[in-house]
Amino acid sequence: MQAVKSLGFLLKALLGIGMAAICWGAFLYARPAQSFVGESSRIVFFHVPMAWVSTLAFFIAAWHSAVYLKKRRIESDDAAAGAARLGFVFCVLATVTGSIFARVMWNSYWNWDPRETSIVLLLLVYGAYLGLRGALDDPERRATLSAAYALVAVVTVPFLTFAVPRMYQSLHPDTVINARGKVEMSADIRTVFFSSMVAFMGLFYWMWNLDRRVSRIVRERAA
Amino acid sequence: MSAPRPAAGILPAAIAVFRRELLAEWRTRVAVNSLFLFAFAVLVLVAYAVGPTRLSPEDRPTVNAVLLWIVLFFSAMTGLSRTFVHEEDAGTAAALRLSAPPSGVLLGKLLANVALLGAVTVFIVPLFVVLMGFEIMDPPLFVLLLLLGTFGLASASTFTAALVSKASAKGALFAVLAIPLLLPPLVGAVLATRVAATEADFSAGTDFVRLLVAYDGVVTTAAFLLFDAVWRE
Repeated sequence: MQAVKSLGFLLKALLGIGMAAICWGAFLYARPAQSFVGESSRIVFFHVPMAWVSTLAFFIAAWHSAVYLKKRRIESDDAAAGAARLGFVFCVLATVTGSIFARVMWNSYWNWDPRETSIVLLLLVYGAYLGLRGALDDPERRATLSAAYALVAVVTVPFLTFAVPRMYQSLHPDTVINARGKVEMSADIRTVFFSSMVAFMGLFYWMWNLDRRVSRIVRERAA
Repeated sequence: MSAPRPAAGILPAAIAVFRRELLAEWRTRVAVNSLFLFAFAVLVLVAYAVGPTRLSPEDRPTVNAVLLWIVLFFSAMTGLSRTFVHEEDAGTAAALRLSAPPSGVLLGKLLANVALLGAVTVFIVPLFVVLMGFEIMDPPLFVLLLLLGTFGLASASTFTAALVSKASAKGALFAVLAIPLLLPPLVGAVLATRVAATEADFSAGTDFVRLLVAYDGVVTTAAFLLFDAVWRE
């Protein structure tokens, strides 16, 4: 038990140092990427991990929803709800940072680029999911119905995020997973970028764990 | 109405539920009235405010395609939640749960909603085309899009209706839950309708037709897989 506690402390300390190091790396170590206006490419170290975490959180929520419907354990519902709440926050942050970047790069905060459309859809889904949860009082009913909604959403969202954007030209810079199948970044940017991806996922995991613990405590106190 | 006999198979149960829905609807005409009148009222508003002459020719296909789908979408939002909400309000859900398998209930209600929304579409689209001066270059593609779009709308709405019937604040929640699910097919249908209005070549719209077929299939399958859990809750 003591070992687990000190390991947890060590990981949290690492996460704090890591996030600080990434802020330093993003603004002082990495050089601005070519073909971007001024210093605007630095936003990639924050915007992309946020967008990635919000997408990942959506799939985590869907996964735990499926587990809930199978096993009917309320902890799975806590996990799904926590992932959705955090995913919503990261989704808002990704939308705002993306919009700021769009303003600097293309002189317009919003122009319904396919990427912008898909992140708005993700925001709407998160909002609807959380709204549905708010409208249901009974914990088991809330868990079942919101799990069913999350699973229907997870199969319809890819149509707008993957199928429709392929029918247009996008202004968005090439994604990390691109058609050529390789990462096109200079070494300094790549180092900071992937460290940031790992750190943001760590941050999400830590916050997600806290949320699940809070949910459990709230439930135990109510019982 | 005589008491429905317990139906063993999914298909007989679905047919029984479908007939019961239509019969109950025929007696009260609540959903039909709200759907048709809403669609007609919105159409009158749009036709009066925008009309055929106030759009420049190059804007016409885009604006008309958007307006047509907005009319159909919001009509679906006003009437289609009734199938399940009414069961909970009237307290008949428990009896239905006992007398038919879940898939049969969903299939019957889905077919009833498809029939309802289909009737509204048949009523409103010719009026829209006439009142807005909406010229369609490729009628077969247009009809196919209406069929696929209407089915997609009905399918996602029916499942969402089953969800919200158990929640408080049903009316507002229904649209909030349905919009994210319906955005992909609506965006596809609007873009494809513009193609149908501007190009006589059917192959120009096949990508969108494929998108809509895939969406309809996926969302209907997901609804059937998940309905069991929702319905028994």
